[in-house]
Amino acid sequence: MDSIPFRQDPEVLRHDGRAQFPRAPLTLLIAALLALFLLFVTLPVASLFLRISPEAFFRSLAEPVVIDALSLSLVTATVSTAIVVLFGTPLALVNARRDYPGRALVDTLTDLPIVLPPAVAGIALLMAFGRRGVVGQYLDVFGISIAFTTVAVILAQVFVASPFYIRQARASFEAVDRLYEDAARTLGATPATVALRITIPLAWSGLVSGAILSFARALGEFGATIMFAGNFQGRTQTMPLAIYTTMQGDLSAAISLAIILVVISFAVIAAVQIITRRNA
Amino acid sequence: MLSVHAVRQLRDFVLDITLSVQCGETLVLIGENGAGKSTVLNLISGILTPDRGEIALGERALFSDAKKIDVPAESRKIGHLFQSYALFPHMTVAENVAFGLKCRKVSRSEIADAVGEQLAAMHLSDLADVNVGRLSGGQRQRVALARALVLDPDILLLDEPLAAVDMRAQTAMRKELRDRIRNAGIPCIVVTHTLRDALELGDRLCLIEEGRVVADGAPEEVLAMRDNGFIANFAGPGPHNGFVPRAPIADHSQGAPDSRTL
Repeated sequence: MDSIPFRQDPEVLRHDGRAQFPRAPLTLLIAALLALFLLFVTLPVASLFLRISPEAFFRSLAEPVVIDALSLSLVTATVSTAIVVLFGTPLALVNARRDYPGRALVDTLTDLPIVLPPAVAGIALLMAFGRRGVVGQYLDVFGISIAFTTVAVILAQVFVASPFYIRQARASFEAVDRLYEDAARTLGATPATVALRITIPLAWSGLVSGAILSFARALGEFGATIMFAGNFQGRTQTMPLAIYTTMQGDLSAAISLAIILVVISFAVIAAVQIITRRNA
Repeated sequence: MLSVHAVRQLRDFVLDITLSVQCGETLVLIGENGAGKSTVLNLISGILTPDRGEIALGERALFSDAKKIDVPAESRKIGHLFQSYALFPHMTVAENVAFGLKCRKVSRSEIADAVGEQLAAMHLSDLADVNVGRLSGGQRQRVALARALVLDPDILLLDEPLAAVDMRAQTAMRKELRDRIRNAGIPCIVVTHTLRDALELGDRLCLIEEGRVVADGAPEEVLAMRDNGFIANFAGPGPHNGFVPRAPIADHSQGAPDSRTL
């Protein structure tokens, strides 16, 4: 690499010739738009907290429907995130580092669930793994049925949440300077050792924030789940589904669940920001 | 002895290099930026693969397209110092030096001994637990050298070993580097842009232009080729008679490519 001679060009540094436009009205307009938008986002969230008393909130937390949904959601989202990380990490690493025919296609396919409407994902999964589905009919022969079980909840979550991790992981791997990998190779590290001891540790913060985003998406999954897994309390009724169901009868249970999800969402944003900032 | 014949299509030209380095000998590669000097090192250490050719270390073939041999980089036992040193930023000084030994499944106590010894030899013992991000250029250079030498490599490849060391420390570092290379008694190739590196480290000088060796010989011989534009600029003004002129103050007004020495 060559150092570029630093040239100070007086033309570039001089900016004082421009006329000053009146700034105040513009600033006021932008401030007003900003305030309006922030209000639009925060007001609904704040309303959740205003519509329920702390007593009612804690009373609802003891409701079986709330407890079931909360525990099912946490378990399934954790499992699906683990599956996404397990399959997504090698895929992201290979796509970041190796050029092979069809790589662009693989990238497109892994991104597909982001743009696919969840309802489409739900019916697609049903057509594949339902009892009469393309794959499901053979599984049915062995007495295995996936649709409308907890496994279906997890599959739906993996389907919709995987791109969030894979995209982030690939970008993080690409950001790791290959020089470190080359140096490790010359020091005797096999490609596997390079991946485990150099590339993954250096991409770590990106991988963690990708996993967190993927977890958050899995936790919020609704459309594909209700179509492919159904809405059975304790088995397939995750928090978003429970909110939808309880809203028609027990509004405070629905609000309580919603508040829990809001808190988790904030925690996710905070976690991702802390992790990415520490490595910036 | 290291013998290299390597051909590889680069973006702008075909690199076609033949050179050899004896044990205990230091070959200095000079040439314009982009002439292919670092590529030669990468081909030898196995980071890049030649399209054709043969690379052998004594009797041991590292690469041969005829015999279909391509020893992977991790098995070549070559110490390769990168220009930016490529110290692993998520590890301490000691962890960096221990990395290669861990890859070789050396026992923990042996690693501790070897690393401690190497750090002491490089005057780095006090910095063992410091993260490499906090080191100066000279310290980084020593860590990189320690990391390579602790493995007893069969060849040493140094890409601009002193480029990131500040000017005042360079003289001392250059002498230290020369001693370490002499003591190692292995073939050594140094890529450099500075005349002092070439004169003080090199037993032999090799000029590369557009992927080809255009001069190879004793430093005085090569530097006497004043009709070559690069040499004329590199060796500085005046006849060269063993007197060590200042590092080439590349002519900025003409946009000389090797202005990095400043």
